Amino acid sequence: MAQLTLSGITKSFGTTTVIHGVDLKVEDGEFVVFVGPSGCGKSTLLRIIAGLEEVTSGMIAIDGEDVSRLPASERGLAMVFQSYALYPHMSVYKNMAFALENMGLKTPDIDQRVRRAATMLRLTDYLDRKPKALSGGQRQRVAIGRAIVRDPKIFLFDEPLSNLDAELRVATRKELAGLHAELGGTMIYVTHDQVEAMTLADRIVVLQGGRIEQIGTPLDLYNAPDNLFVAGFIGSPRMNLLPARISGPGTVAVGEDGQVVETGIVAPLKPGATVTLGIRPEHIALAKNGEAGLTMTIDLVERLGGESYLYGSAPGLPQITVRLDGQTSHGRGDSVTIRLPIAHQHVFNEAGKAMGRQ
Amino acid sequence: MSRASQLMLARRKAGRWHWTDIAAYTYLAFGVVLMFGPVAWLVLSSFKTQAGLLEFPPSLLPMSQQEVMVPGNPQPLPLFEVTMEDGSKRVLAQVRRIGIQAQMVDPKDPTQQFRVPIDKRVPVRQFKLATENYTEPLERFAFTRFLSNSVFVTVVATLITLLINSMAAYALSIYEFRGKNTAMLMVIGTLMIPITIILVPVYLVITHLGLVNSLWAVILPGAATPTGVFLLRQYMLTLPRDLIEAARMDKASEWQIYWRIVMPLAMPALAVLAIFSIMWRWNEFLWPLAVLTKTESYTLQIGLNAFQGELQTQWHYLLAMTVVTLLPVALVFVFLQRFITTGIANTGMK
Amino acid sequence: MATSPSTERRTAAGLLWTPFAALIKLIDLPMRAVQRLIGERRMAYVFLLPNLLFFSLFVFVPLIVNVVFSVTGGAALFPSERPFVGTGQYAYLFDCGSFLDPNSCREDHFWRGVANTARFTLFQVVAMVLFSLVTAVVLNMRIKARGFFRAVYFFPVLLSPVVVALTWKWILQRDGLLNAGITALGGERILFFVDPSWAMFWAVFVSIWAHMGFYTLILLAGLQAIPADLYEAAEMDATPRWRAFWCITLPLLWPNMVVVIVLALIKGVQTFDEVFVLTGGGPGTATLMVVQYIYETAFSNQVQNFGLAAAASVVLGVVLFTLTLAQLAASRRKDA
Repeated sequence: MAQLTLSGITKSFGTTTVIHGVDLKVEDGEFVVFVGPSGCGKSTLLRIIAGLEEVTSGMIAIDGEDVSRLPASERGLAMVFQSYALYPHMSVYKNMAFALENMGLKTPDIDQRVRRAATMLRLTDYLDRKPKALSGGQRQRVAIGRAIVRDPKIFLFDEPLSNLDAELRVATRKELAGLHAELGGTMIYVTHDQVEAMTLADRIVVLQGGRIEQIGTPLDLYNAPDNLFVAGFIGSPRMNLLPARISGPGTVAVGEDGQVVETGIVAPLKPGATVTLGIRPEHIALAKNGEAGLTMTIDLVERLGGESYLYGSAPGLPQITVRLDGQTSHGRGDSVTIRLPIAHQHVFNEAGKAMGRQ
Repeated sequence: MSRASQLMLARRKAGRWHWTDIAAYTYLAFGVVLMFGPVAWLVLSSFKTQAGLLEFPPSLLPMSQQEVMVPGNPQPLPLFEVTMEDGSKRVLAQVRRIGIQAQMVDPKDPTQQFRVPIDKRVPVRQFKLATENYTEPLERFAFTRFLSNSVFVTVVATLITLLINSMAAYALSIYEFRGKNTAMLMVIGTLMIPITIILVPVYLVITHLGLVNSLWAVILPGAATPTGVFLLRQYMLTLPRDLIEAARMDKASEWQIYWRIVMPLAMPALAVLAIFSIMWRWNEFLWPLAVLTKTESYTLQIGLNAFQGELQTQWHYLLAMTVVTLLPVALVFVFLQRFITTGIANTGMK
Repeated sequence: MATSPSTERRTAAGLLWTPFAALIKLIDLPMRAVQRLIGERRMAYVFLLPNLLFFSLFVFVPLIVNVVFSVTGGAALFPSERPFVGTGQYAYLFDCGSFLDPNSCREDHFWRGVANTARFTLFQVVAMVLFSLVTAVVLNMRIKARGFFRAVYFFPVLLSPVVVALTWKWILQRDGLLNAGITALGGERILFFVDPSWAMFWAVFVSIWAHMGFYTLILLAGLQAIPADLYEAAEMDATPRWRAFWCITLPLLWPNMVVVIVLALIKGVQTFDEVFVLTGGGPGTATLMVVQYIYETAFSNQVQNFGLAAAASVVLGVVLFTLTLAQLAASRRKDA
């Protein structure tokens, strides 16, 4: 177990820079998830931490010790690869024992560690098998087991669930969370799936274009996204982001017909300035008769039984998603008025930065 | 289209013999005779006695004259079928030949003696394998030595070839390093330089190393083969990079990654190279011929060549030893035929 | 292929393997030290080292020495003891009244070798391409036991040249099988190795017999790469078989044909062992090849003339280099 400090990490391949100065501190025992769209540099960052990529500039420190120039084999970290990277010619047992042999451990010690990990991961019956003879989920667990036996300073996970089917992914996700609770190790986890990030992380690091967009607990990111990117990325279905103009103190006008919506934003912005109004589908409510709000025409209704989704449009606005509890009687073509509660509104300025709330 | 008509069409097509089909099978049958025949003839001949080999026209199977022990004669006597004066036929043993007469004896009743003109007797022959063709040269001549030399050269050279070429292939497939392209170019370059055009200077190098007439002189020059490097490199390039990185994370040294991860996984390619190397080395001729001048360091191929070059070619021994020489290759072929042919088809090497 | 360690230990191969594996483990200790010293990335050089050492010792150095030999004279092996003669060896080699008539040359053996090799290569390449093409086409037809027939044509490739030559020598000798056949049909025995034309014929024949399988495989691979639907389309268009062969098969097979032609040329020019064992270059010099000339000039003549042999091999090298370039060009076109 250890803490990790990244300071001023940059990485270039030739003339293209893929990581632009990342600073991050991961505390001992923390579960940190790097999330972002593909190509955002999250995997590269993980590989830099692992020592599989050399850092162009900046410093990586583990427990305060600079390891930037150490090769992967000497950093004492363990990694679970997206492809699992199980040695196909070795049995499950050998796969897990390989690193321990390299560390020069005695055979009984190796045996004890492997069997403990195998028990923890329900692999005891498969120890003699080759990876080829295992199911996807079992391979996944072997890959994790290979990391566990090492008792590494930090666990690194590179999209470990992306090769599993949906059902198994959910199950394994839960197991991983349980494992972290049990082992308590420092873990860094890379994924493009924000649900994984939300469910697993102590803290999430949102990356885009080689830069950190925001760092925070899952609920921080959900409740108070720093910028448009994080707002759009975290939460499912996506937050509705409506282009708007400041129309007066505490009001904005949205859409072509300039429907006025009240906001609680104390903006240092002058009327007429362009902003983006954000609101999550689950925070939108249908207006009761006579209540003011935004009027839209329903294009599509999805009824899931326990909840319903309305997809509506208004002139000059992108599609608006509304999530309603229970079942709804509204149908396609209906015109409804929606209420955007001020407490749940997010307002972003022209540069995409979140504006302060009252 | 209905299934019935489909079936009918298929049958009509399958049943119809185009003249090209007949030509093809004729060609193939001819091929079997032409390709297998000579080797089969070699093997059959190798079991014939020295006398049997001198027969003209030759008999198909290895036959030799039957002999019997007759009381009163220390040596076994050859048996003949004799046409007697009265036209009856008897089987007699020949005691000695005097001019055009042969003195013969009935083996069942040694007291009965006959004088028979030699053109009235026909040898009684039986199928017999002259295995002494195989045992004698191995005992009396240096063929055992040649055989063990050949085995030594083949085994050691193949091991060295596998080791150093896989190391180079590993370096050229897994790493990025300065000079990689130069190294690749050098490997490609050597592909163009057969031993035939550097015979003399390689001989000089071997002399400098003091290895003339040593088996190492045969082993070393061909150990680094560009074909081998290429074959292995192509294969190693297909191995997932994740495995190598996983091994690095698992604290494996580079040598361990090479030996414990990449080598076992490159086994199919290594096997192909091993088979080729075994064939190259076992069959190698020109270079050993140039560098091995002492009989005790000859390989089988050189030994065979020297044996056939002697004034009186002892074909019965020579043929048997030729069979011994082709035996390992034949065995390899029987078991690994498909493997070898696909290997050649995929790599274009021989 | 991969066995678990427990079964591995039990097999005989495992027994051989154990000391070898121990040796490898021993190598790991210094290797680790080196890796710590130079870093993991530069370990590439360490892995490359043995191979490069062999290449330089047995290829690069000899290449240079070869040229040095060819411009020096005398019978000494060590270059420092050899007097410089400039282009003397080459001048001697090329001292000819007419290059087409070996008798007009001072070193007539070399030129006989050149003429024989040229003749041999020409016949051999033409016949080789023809026979391997026919065989490949036949093997590519819908025939039964294709694997067996392919093996039949292929297996001589694996035989050593000495075995091949002795096998045929035994058949072709004075009292051999072939002469038995000829006399059985009422003909006269032929002394194949006494007649120059017969000797050359059998040299070509035997070398085709031995190597045809290899070229057949290359062509067969090419044939199998031609999509079957092309032929089906041709059949729909009522194309006769010979026309399909001429207009579809041959053009699509052409890249492989070029490879076969060039490879056969390269091998043909280097021909030595089969012919040497079969005919010894005889009768006289009727089947003496260039490589045999080089070998004998350097190693088996009374006076070992390394300089002349080196000069001849430089000439041979130039020819081979040109052919190899042609091969590279051909295979590049094949890839394109």
